[in-house]
Amino acid sequence: MTDQSTAIRSDDALREAVSEHRSLSRDVWNQFKSHKGALIGSFIFFGILIAVMIGPFLWTIDPTFVDIRSRNQGASLAHPFGTDQLGRDLLARILQGGRISMAVGLVAMFIAVLLGTAIGVLAGFFSKLDGPLMRFTDLFLSLPLLPLLLVIVTLFREPLSASFGPEGGIFILMVSAIGITSWMQTARVVRSEVLVLKEREFVLAARSIGTPPRRMISRHILPNVISPILVSATLGIANAIITESALSFLGLGFPPDFPTWGRLLFDAIDYMPQYPMWVVYPGLAISLTVLSVNYMGDGLRDALDPRARDR
Amino acid sequence: MSEVVEKDLLTVSDLKIHFPIYKGLFRKKVGDVKAVDGVSFAIQRGETLGLVGESGCGKSTTGRAVLRLYDPTSGHVIFEDRDIASLSDSEMRATRPRMQMIFQDPQACLNPRMTVGAIVSEPLIEHTKLSPDDRKAKVRELLDAVGLNPDFVNRYPHEFSGGQRQRIGIARALALDPDFIVCDEPIAALDVSIQAQVVNLLEDLQRERGLTFLFISHDLSMVRHIADRVAVMYLGKIVELAPVSKLYSNPQHPYTQALLSAVPVADPKIEAKRQRVILKGDVPSPSNPPQGCVFCTRCPIAEKKCFTVPPEWRELKPDQFVACHLA
Repeated sequence: MTDQSTAIRSDDALREAVSEHRSLSRDVWNQFKSHKGALIGSFIFFGILIAVMIGPFLWTIDPTFVDIRSRNQGASLAHPFGTDQLGRDLLARILQGGRISMAVGLVAMFIAVLLGTAIGVLAGFFSKLDGPLMRFTDLFLSLPLLPLLLVIVTLFREPLSASFGPEGGIFILMVSAIGITSWMQTARVVRSEVLVLKEREFVLAARSIGTPPRRMISRHILPNVISPILVSATLGIANAIITESALSFLGLGFPPDFPTWGRLLFDAIDYMPQYPMWVVYPGLAISLTVLSVNYMGDGLRDALDPRARDR
Repeated sequence: MSEVVEKDLLTVSDLKIHFPIYKGLFRKKVGDVKAVDGVSFAIQRGETLGLVGESGCGKSTTGRAVLRLYDPTSGHVIFEDRDIASLSDSEMRATRPRMQMIFQDPQACLNPRMTVGAIVSEPLIEHTKLSPDDRKAKVRELLDAVGLNPDFVNRYPHEFSGGQRQRIGIARALALDPDFIVCDEPIAALDVSIQAQVVNLLEDLQRERGLTFLFISHDLSMVRHIADRVAVMYLGKIVELAPVSKLYSNPQHPYTQALLSAVPVADPKIEAKRQRVILKGDVPSPSNPPQGCVFCTRCPIAEKKCFTVPPEWRELKPDQFVACHLA
């Protein structure tokens, strides 16, 4: 009797488990949670994001306020990260700089990945577009980037500053300049993935059903190239933050008194022997951001793959 | 009673599919791979035509061209009075629900990122205006029809075994109630025990739904079991076409004879005495096929004429067609 009832109960449990509606977002979240690195990475990433977003409202010292008498100070209660050679508060500068760096990184990455994915998918899927689009990609890859950026900045800085204000204008200029000069790797990787996918039988099956190309791309191609896209997106954020700092260093980016992580890093290089912490703070901020984004992307990629999800 | 003239559902006449070969810096066209080179056959409604041949002889290409997954170089594919080979894209899309395909690799033919429910309902989304609830009901009904638990709709393909995946593929092919299904080696990637299940499922479905099959395979004994007539392909051409009983008991083309002699018999006494015709050499390149009969380079009985004159496609005995000078 008891045997029978437990048998029935386990049978019911099995049925329930089988027919239970599985929502995709829940499956993805469950898998993501089980990836320790991804979880820690996203905590750090969102921690930094929140810090730079609301930090400047809590730590109200003006990052550009020059107090020459309290310059070159070490860590203290008044200045937890110390001050720089002009007596500006480093914590305030890092929080303010993080805003710009994160925004530039995220937006430029978004532009680059969008462009790269679009061009890669089109080139891979439509064989007629493959030649022209890939030669176009080669063209961009072979351009010397710094002179190109120099030309872009000198051409568009004035008109953009005039219409969007000096900071907004430079921001738009920066993200689009970085975006349109770093989509090529994504395009190449995506194209090669699409070329492989296109020959798979499930795409052939969709063709025999009569699925039109745009739905074939959205339903069969894009979900299957999500891994390389995510990988290049996470690398793209890092790349954009670093490119932005290089440009700031060359005087092509934001104005010199305008703090960004890259800017802070390069400003501090001259003082590295005397004040190593000036390099460590922005460097640590950049490294932590990039590293946490990479881990997040790694976990997200696994979570989005149904084959990895059940492991 | 007047005799009933069986109307052909599908007629393929002189179908040619050549894939161009490009070479050099300027991608100059230097030749063609003649994957299918003048193939003609007809399939009656409700019939199963087996298409056999060795790897690379153009079986799958023929099957795909029939569904216009490849554009034919020349020739006609008449499906119910309409030439598939020359339909416009929108006309072709309207015809697609009538003809479907079952694929060889059950792993590769299902999108790994879609659930079974999404896979089977894709044809319904594309071609019907069913409400989401009706669609769900239809998907469950289809899964049930192919012998899968309808509660599996939310699972992903990798959670199934090979045979179950093939059933999902079959459910997708059946979703729009087609008349004609191309089975492209549907059992080649399965275990022998599962092969029988899938073949029996196909036969049951054919009986219930009046389906017409083009059954592509290299498994001669399976084709003997499921097909009504069999076409034997070699290097892009059909060399023999006959009803199953005649082809297996009395093969006329030397290539068919060689193929059949390679089938083992499940009786040790007969097996020990079985005479094998062993072909020498390799299949010639389809980009440069022999001048006369395509089989002349490996034919055990080839004569001078075979090397220069392509053999005519003729009806040797009633219903038994063969392309050989000497048959």
